[in-house]
Amino acid sequence: MIVAERKPIEEILPWLEGVRSVLVLGCNECVTVCEAGGKKEVGLLASALRMVFAQQGREVNVGERTLERQCDPEYLDELRDSIDAYDAVVSLACGVGIQFTAERYPSKAVYPGVNTCFMGAALERGVWAERCQGCGQCLLALTGAVCPVARCAKRLFNGPCGGSTAGKCEIGPDVECAWQRIIDRLKALGRLADYETLIPVKDWSKDRAGGPRKVVREDVRS
Amino acid sequence: MNAKTPSRLEKILRAGHLAVTSECGPPRGSDIGHLAAKAEAIRRHVDAINVTDNQTSVCRLCSLAACIRLKLMGLEPVLQMVVRDRNRIALQSDILGAASFDIHNILCLSGDHQRFGDHAQGQNVFDLDSMQLLQTVRRMRDEGRFLGGDPIERPPAMFVGAAANPFADPFEIRVPRLAKKIAAGAEFIQTQCIYNVERFERWMQGVRDRGLHEKAFILAGVTPLKSAGMARYMKNKVPGMDVPEEVVKRMAGVPKDRQAEEGIAICIETLQRLKEVPGVAGFHIMAIEWEERVPEIVERAGLAPRPAVA
Ligand code: SF4
Ligand code: SF4
Repeated sequence: MIVAERKPIEEILPWLEGVRSVLVLGCNECVTVCEAGGKKEVGLLASALRMVFAQQGREVNVGERTLERQCDPEYLDELRDSIDAYDAVVSLACGVGIQFTAERYPSKAVYPGVNTCFMGAALERGVWAERCQGCGQCLLALTGAVCPVARCAKRLFNGPCGGSTAGKCEIGPDVECAWQRIIDRLKALGRLADYETLIPVKDWSKDRAGGPRKVVREDVRS
Repeated sequence: MNAKTPSRLEKILRAGHLAVTSECGPPRGSDIGHLAAKAEAIRRHVDAINVTDNQTSVCRLCSLAACIRLKLMGLEPVLQMVVRDRNRIALQSDILGAASFDIHNILCLSGDHQRFGDHAQGQNVFDLDSMQLLQTVRRMRDEGRFLGGDPIERPPAMFVGAAANPFADPFEIRVPRLAKKIAAGAEFIQTQCIYNVERFERWMQGVRDRGLHEKAFILAGVTPLKSAGMARYMKNKVPGMDVPEEVVKRMAGVPKDRQAEEGIAICIETLQRLKEVPGVAGFHIMAIEWEERVPEIVERAGLAPRPAVA
């Protein structure tokens, strides 16, 4: 899933100076699962905003809504009849949803209510960790299904570096060394000899380095 | 073995001499005089001088300019190059820049993560890793081609090196990792500084078992300790460093004003032990901001005078 974190309200408030109505807009997908921008967080932020506006003596209408997905025009269309009642939208969707909402309603000010962090998964309740950076050319087959792009601090394809210590990365004791994991996995698979195969220079043109990316599937296009 | 490059370091190693290299860190400003003086002080006691590349991710004068300076002084620089800060275009371009001044040695490194430095908020590059940089330099030199495939006019004639850390984890791949670097093109290896000689010997045993010492020249790294505090810091704070407790104790066991001398003595003893380890082809003395002591270390370790080569 896409993992996000809530922005502090202090960062959001200056954007809402002078607005008379604001819609806090959640998303029912990833940000719900990572507890950053689902219905619950929409309620929390809306209440907090109402309190601040009341303290400031401002009358601001704070609406709440959570869409099935903000990255899908079909669901965004559900706002068509109600959005004009608001001066601004604070979207708690990931960066994709925020932009899609803004694209769909070009005359509306749309602000981010979360920081979108990475593609990852929950290690346990309340702990999420990065697993993939969408490099466009997956090489997990070579690395025992542990991603060096997303999980090695130096994205080494032929690691580990000299800083790997007791399974931890040189950048800090709370970060796992991806290469320790890769070697453990290769060992578990009986493939440790594969470690000595040099992974060739990567084609980064399929990564963000190649410019904004698009996937076009002629066979499913309508 | 015939030398493949005009590198003096390569000639000395191929002639079977124990080589001695050292290193200098460039200044945090544009006054290169201090670096020139440090290098001058060790001129007659080392065969080549590594110039670090923004080590520990602290921004400094570039390794390339400093190497050029040493070259113009008639010294033999080893251009250290990390893949943290430059993509494949910049790396190859700098290699050509160095080659245009006839800098004949390069050490390919990944580089410390920028988190350790003075620009922790910076982006990192890591377009290639250190092994891929080794392959790139060898391709440029041996095939006369850029990574992209185009031919290079007057390819770089560089003796290609890599670092190895016998003490890092995971232990079981320390020797395979060296094999991999050699397969990628490393012709000489400079190791992490050695305080735990026994562990280094075990690693060298593994290296010899695979005949790797015959495929690349292994220069054992040493760093003299200046104080018990430095020993403790290296032991506890530097990732991938193995300073045994007895070394810390020995440093702490002498009065503060004599700890530096004790550090030099330990360094010399270590060199003497390392001279006996089969497969060791030379030494890399990293005296961090203590270059003035290098001549004495070299002499007392019985490594002077340095051989002359054509
Ligand atoms: S190799 Fe690329 S696509 Fe595969 S997991 Fe890593 S970043 Fe994602
Ligand atoms: S310690 Fe491991 S994860 Fe960290 S940079 Fe080095 S190889 Fe990558």
